[in-house]
Amino acid sequence: MYEIISMKELVPDIFEAVVKAPEMAKKAKAGEFLIVMADEKGERIPLTVADYDREAGTITIVFMTIGKSTYKLSKMKAGDSYYAFVGPLGHASEIKDYGTVICVAGGVGTAPIYPIARALKEAGNKIITIQGARNKDLIFWEDKMASVSDEHIVMTDDGTHGRKGLVTEPLKEILERDGDKVGIIYAIGPIPMMKFSALTSKPFGNLTMVSLNSIMVDGTGMCGGCRCEVKGETKFTCVDGPEFDGHQVDWNLLGSRQRIYLDQEKESLDNYKAEEGL
Amino acid sequence: MGEEVAKKPKRKERMPMPEQDPKVRATNFKEVPLGYTEEMAIEEAIRCAQCKVPACVCGCPVNINIPAFIKEIAEGNFAEAARKIKETNALPAVCGRVCPQESQCEAQCVYNRMGRAICIGRLERFAADYERENDLIELPEKAQPNGKKVAVVGSGPSGLTVAGDLIQLGYEVTIFEAFHKPGGVLMYGIPEFRLPKAIVESEVNYLVQLGVKIEYNSIVGKTVEVDELLGERGYDAVFIGVGAGLPKFLGIPGENYGGVYSANEYLTRSNLMKAYRFPEYDTPIVMGKRVCVIGGGNVAMDSARTAVRLGADTYIVYRRAREQMPARGEEIHHAEEEGVKMMLLTNPVEIIGDENNMAKALKCVKMELGEPDESGRSRPVEIEGSEHDIEFDLIINSIGANANPLLTKSTEGLELNKWGYIVADEYGKTSKENVWAAGDIVTGMATVIEAMGAGRMSAMDIHEKIMGVPKNKETSPEALPDDLECTLPDGK
Ligand SMILES: Cc1cc2nc3c(=O)[nH]c(=O)nc-3n(C[C@H](O)[C@H](O)[C@H](O)COP(=O)(O)OP(=O)(O)OC[C@H]3O[C@@H](n4cnc5c(N)ncnc54)[C@H](O)[C@@H]3O)c2cc1C
Ligand SMILES: Cc1cc2nc3c(=O)[nH]c(=O)nc-3n(C[C@H](O)[C@H](O)[C@H](O)COP(=O)(O)OP(=O)(O)OC[C@H]3O[C@@H](n4cnc5c(N)ncnc54)[C@H](O)[C@@H]3O)c2cc1C
Ligand code: SF4
Ligand code: SF4
Ligand code: FES
Repeated sequence: MYEIISMKELVPDIFEAVVKAPEMAKKAKAGEFLIVMADEKGERIPLTVADYDREAGTITIVFMTIGKSTYKLSKMKAGDSYYAFVGPLGHASEIKDYGTVICVAGGVGTAPIYPIARALKEAGNKIITIQGARNKDLIFWEDKMASVSDEHIVMTDDGTHGRKGLVTEPLKEILERDGDKVGIIYAIGPIPMMKFSALTSKPFGNLTMVSLNSIMVDGTGMCGGCRCEVKGETKFTCVDGPEFDGHQVDWNLLGSRQRIYLDQEKESLDNYKAEEGL
Repeated sequence: MGEEVAKKPKRKERMPMPEQDPKVRATNFKEVPLGYTEEMAIEEAIRCAQCKVPACVCGCPVNINIPAFIKEIAEGNFAEAARKIKETNALPAVCGRVCPQESQCEAQCVYNRMGRAICIGRLERFAADYERENDLIELPEKAQPNGKKVAVVGSGPSGLTVAGDLIQLGYEVTIFEAFHKPGGVLMYGIPEFRLPKAIVESEVNYLVQLGVKIEYNSIVGKTVEVDELLGERGYDAVFIGVGAGLPKFLGIPGENYGGVYSANEYLTRSNLMKAYRFPEYDTPIVMGKRVCVIGGGNVAMDSARTAVRLGADTYIVYRRAREQMPARGEEIHHAEEEGVKMMLLTNPVEIIGDENNMAKALKCVKMELGEPDESGRSRPVEIEGSEHDIEFDLIINSIGANANPLLTKSTEGLELNKWGYIVADEYGKTSKENVWAAGDIVTGMATVIEAMGAGRMSAMDIHEKIMGVPKNKETSPEALPDDLECTLPDGK
């Protein structure tokens, strides 16, 4: 059993849980993920390691409620325990001195990108962060991101906070201005945001790492459910990734594979909401 | 009771086992064969000739004293029968159900030539079920704790056997299991209708009662490393029984469309995650209206029979002929009874998708049997111009498994063969100090009982290496029980 130490709603529909998992906390690195099951009848869903505290033996996760499993997680309180909490899984980000790094975070993608930005900062890189969300109510961890960034740009779709517009706009400007100094770009967030960040950087040729969110089961390379195509080759996101070169990813396929269970997910969520009176 | 029945004339033919009607069972996940009654078991048991030189024993990979346990059943001593079996096989309720008896113990029975082999597997199942259902399971005596710790990686049949043997010898045993449930393929691969999960859980519970600890959600190679177990964690030995567990794909175009599964994923969703009970359980599964399972082995039959139960019109697409199917005859028969249709000598070459990247058809070519290859099987060759598309909305790849590199690649000093399987001697000893391995990760996909036999060999070797106790030849799966002899034509 994996006890929840603290739980809070960061912004509407985005939750942060700190979880007791000493073995995982000893090992976890930026870029890795874990698999969680809320209860015995639950689904195994992947979430990124958003932070870890080796001494306290805890792992932080941040998730957005979109379907039954994430709703279930959001209903759990400090003191409750998850049925399963497995990891760390996947390859850690390659942390080294690249010179300048641009970290592009979209929505809940801020959580996975934070530990990467922090590790890259500690490795001596200059960090330029572009943090985006639909509106000001959905921006979270702004302080945390600022604390690891040399330059921090906040973007909202409606201009209620920071600059108005999409994250790809400042990305393009920076690349036009200083592209040759940028050693690597990290872009993590919803699929369209990662796809368009990769398209934006492609003409400049800067390596752009994205973290794919394929649907998973075991997370250990056993089922092949998380298949994606990168550079025309089949890869298993859980063991070959989750980070890949965004210029080489087949985004259409990824998007279609995300929608395989659409009808069942909807049925599941509707039932759950009815049961819970949501 | 035994005497009474013994007065009846002995039956000649094999005692059939009652089964759920195919039409009914095709719509549920309950077990298909229903088991013998006490009367049936005795009637079958008294057919056994109690051979002085029982060839059947030689056919069993763990050399169960078959005549002895059958004699107990014939005399109505059912729990004793179960205990006799458990001297060499810790999972009789499982093996009685899933062993390919027709090519193991029963193949060697003297009556087999007449097609009337004693139903050894069914009797084994009966004895084990009787013991469990009547709460007659007794814990064996354990040796005094010897202060040594062994880590077992994986809770499949090989790992469970090692854990069971060593706990009785006085070791402290901890199993590290990647999943949230024990049993390996018994839990995530073999469907409920062939092996009820409650039975697997009960067999594992027995080990837990003996003192075996299980750390679930613990992936060795990720959560904890082998070297850490041997080092900081203070284990004297590590046994690796992680199974094969890497799905093979055909490598044909279109394989990544939605609606294309590996059998591993399909079966794991259905069995382990209980997607067949969606939405009560949260994990979804593509049900499919017309389902195609590619392959001709047991795993293909399990997948196809699952698809039928999820309501699909189900086909097996196999590139060779029926006689060449590696699946057990009984499984093929069960599948066909339940309505699975066979498309033989048919080879898939491409998966065709719709505008949403969902599979909608399988492009196949017809094959004909050509010259025999090295294995002696006629090689299928393509018939020119025979390309055709068959509509399917769910395609399940069941063409085998490879070695999963997650643990092996992250463990230094572990010699692997060119296919990535662990190199180990007949006792499971690997190239790495204090590390043993057995089961599918050494041999490639084999059988439950073979994985168990190999596990027992490892346990004996670990005991010899750690405690200096020479291997007890009598309890070796290679040894023959009591003073039985064994004469097989091949001189085994
Ligand atoms: C390696 C990895 C790391 C991840 N890290 C995080 C994280 O840190 N925080 C977080 O909130 N989410 C993360 N995700 C996504 C998360 O796993 C999904 O949001 C979750 O599985 C949805 O489950 P559900 O039952 O609530 O929704 P469902 O009912 O399963 O899905 C509802 C809808 O959400 C979309 N969806 C389904 N699965 C995913 C998915 N894997 N990713 C994105 N959208 C999906 C689909 O459009 C689907 O129709 C990560 C995914 C991966 C593979
Ligand atoms: C669908 C299917 C049907 C079958 N039907 C039959 C049958 O009817 N009769 C028969 O005799 N045989 C059958 N087999 C074959 C048989 O199940 C296997 O040969 C046998 O289970 C192998 O046992 P094992 O102990 O090597 O490993 P497995 O049963 O494969 O178990 C390995 C365990 O190790 C765990 N694991 C893997 N990696 C790690 C890690 N890094 N850390 C921790 N744990 C890990 C896995 O989660 C799993 O629980 C079937 C196989 C399949 C797939
Ligand atoms: S374990 Fe398997 S092979 Fe051995 S006697 Fe039992 S059914 Fe036959
Ligand atoms: S060979 Fe057949 S008849 Fe002889 S002891 Fe074995 S099961 Fe009985
Ligand atoms: S999640 Fe099963 S192989 Fe990646």
